[in-house]
Amino acid sequence: MEYFIQQLINGVTLGSIYGLIAIGYTMVYGIIGMINFAHGDIFMIGAFLSLIAFLVLGIVGITWIPLALLVVLLVSMLIASIYGWTVERLAYRPLRGSFRLAPLISAIGMSIFLQNYVQLLQGARVRPIPPVISGGFTFLEGGVFSITISYLQIVIMLLTIVLMTGFALLISRTSLGRAQRGCEQDRTMSALLGINVDRTISLTFVMGAALAAVAGMLFVLYYGVIDFYIGFLAGIKAFTAAVLGGIGSLPGAMLGGLLIGLIETFWSAYFSIEYKDVAAFAILVLVLIFRPTGLLGKPEIEKV
Amino acid sequence: MNENNNRLRGIDITALLKESAIAALVALGLTIVMLGLRTVDTTTGLGITTRWPLVVLAVVSVFVGRLLFALRREWKAAGRPVQRDLKKAEHRAAIIVQRFSTIGGPIFIAFALALPLLPFADRYVVDVATYVLIYVMLGWGLNIVVGLAGLLDLGYVAFYAVGAYSYALFAFYFDLSFWVCLPLAGLCAAGFGVLLGFPVLRLRGDYLAIVTLGFGEIIRVILLNWYSFTNGPDGISGIPRPTFFGLELKRTAAEGEQTFHQFFNLDYSTMHRLIFLYYLILILALFTNFFTLRIRKMPIGRAWEALREDEIACRSLGINPTNTKLTAFALGAMFAGFAGSFFATRQAFISPESFTFIESAVILAIVVLGGMGSQVGVAIAAVLLIGGTELFRGLEEYRMLAFGGLMVAIMVWRPRGLLAHREPTIKLHSGKAPPEEVIKAVTQGGMK
Repeated sequence: MEYFIQQLINGVTLGSIYGLIAIGYTMVYGIIGMINFAHGDIFMIGAFLSLIAFLVLGIVGITWIPLALLVVLLVSMLIASIYGWTVERLAYRPLRGSFRLAPLISAIGMSIFLQNYVQLLQGARVRPIPPVISGGFTFLEGGVFSITISYLQIVIMLLTIVLMTGFALLISRTSLGRAQRGCEQDRTMSALLGINVDRTISLTFVMGAALAAVAGMLFVLYYGVIDFYIGFLAGIKAFTAAVLGGIGSLPGAMLGGLLIGLIETFWSAYFSIEYKDVAAFAILVLVLIFRPTGLLGKPEIEKV
Repeated sequence: MNENNNRLRGIDITALLKESAIAALVALGLTIVMLGLRTVDTTTGLGITTRWPLVVLAVVSVFVGRLLFALRREWKAAGRPVQRDLKKAEHRAAIIVQRFSTIGGPIFIAFALALPLLPFADRYVVDVATYVLIYVMLGWGLNIVVGLAGLLDLGYVAFYAVGAYSYALFAFYFDLSFWVCLPLAGLCAAGFGVLLGFPVLRLRGDYLAIVTLGFGEIIRVILLNWYSFTNGPDGISGIPRPTFFGLELKRTAAEGEQTFHQFFNLDYSTMHRLIFLYYLILILALFTNFFTLRIRKMPIGRAWEALREDEIACRSLGINPTNTKLTAFALGAMFAGFAGSFFATRQAFISPESFTFIESAVILAIVVLGGMGSQVGVAIAAVLLIGGTELFRGLEEYRMLAFGGLMVAIMVWRPRGLLAHREPTIKLHSGKAPPEEVIKAVTQGGMK
């Protein structure tokens, strides 16, 4: 039982990270109907930005953790947003209205480009950093297993909840959120009603990239090692999460992220750690076969 | 007057400068951390070194580049206010492409046939040509799936891996020869294609892309971890070479058998085997090409192309979309299986490392670059991409960077690929006037 609860905590932590990435996929898919294949690599860039920012702060001498976290968060969100914006501007916007597969192929090219760009600039070796936040609470110490919830896990969950709430409010209450939902439903009509569609799409990418950067920072804190290849697997799993939750649905992305995190953790805890990636893909295939709209998605009606 | 000062031949210089400055600012944001600071390994963990000159260089070059780009755009707009007739330009391009295809195809085949006999064809050239031809064949195989049926397959390398491993494992466990295993490998790959395609092909195209990508990874992970069966990351070595109608291409034959050079009374040379492998893959590739060209003219091939253009219309005409797509998917997988078993026999060693996602991306890039559906285009793209990267082996680290950038650039400039014109397989109006009797019959029918 203790083991189970421990895995549950670990799974929720991992799931929070996946959920944050998944939102970027689901928003972009909702608004322009394409899979932003380079999104996982934006997440990877966010992780690298956070790593560099942590190192710089360490050199400058800012060691008060809340301040350091805030600065790193802002820096990596800002710069990752610029990456998100640039990717959209260069690789996707010129292809709007082109045939269906063109943006996807362009996105794959962008993903390969970004991976090799980071590899070239920051080196191919894994980059480790010492733990920034350590310590935690331990419960039920009497038994064979004890349950530990680290401060870091608490930070991850809290930060995710805060960001999710803020993001949900942004989408439901602000004029930007209204414009975004409008474009999702009908881009031509939104343009006729005076919404700058290009700008809204750009902002969608920027928001997705910012959340992915947060996920990147949490990833650095949680695992402590990163390399230029982490974006590929994390991206695919986050996409699986978005599909599982119902692509285009924001609560779905969060739910899907949590489920994928839990499934992966329990799979490695109870079955085999080698095949944990297979588990995620197998779930993707199963979801697509039995419930192509996902858990919270709406069925898509194809019209002539 | 002030306004005039800022205008040069009707171009608003201030606006251009502002535009370039914004681009430079974005470049500064992109590069200041990623390029300016580099993490380095030190004795006490990670350290940071700075590279500010590179950042300045990047920002300045973006500023100048953007300014030149904008100037060119404005001059073009000022000089030629009339819009170009796009239809006409497209038509002209189509004629060029078509001529090129009809003349270029036979020339390529003739060159490929003659290559090993040419004076400059040494060991290296034949080896690289064989390598390029594997990709030509894979490109043609994937062209059936992506170009004809319009299904985006990001896990094509999985079928390639299935083909390679089925030959290696059949040879290892059952001691079967290459010629027995070749069709078996194709069948295995096609079987996997049906297995994967059946549930997934009902879905929209984008989902297919991700599921095939996931499938490619699953196959690789299984090959990597199933140590007792596939030997895991160590791979399988000592895969037998193919025989030439039962004659082995070795220095000394097994007991009671003859080798190739003994039978034909030649001096032994390792080139024989290389040239034999070269012709083998050439025949396999040309077979793929021939098969594709013929099947395009059959009802199933037309159904593929129709499905690619409009699925709903096809469904209303009584074409079963799932089964039709499945045939394309399975046939594409089959050719990947053939190519895979050739790869295994040529290398004599395979490991999961040869079958990563990047391979799928390369094959897809070949098809896309060549212009989806164009056979000659795919061949040219394979020669350019594989042969070209072979030339730039020294710049290994920039290779994939350029590769990714190229993929984006081609999509942006020519979304349909380099040789993008697709001649319709069948035309409603052949361009000629209908025969006299038909017109008469129609007009009389109309008057009654």
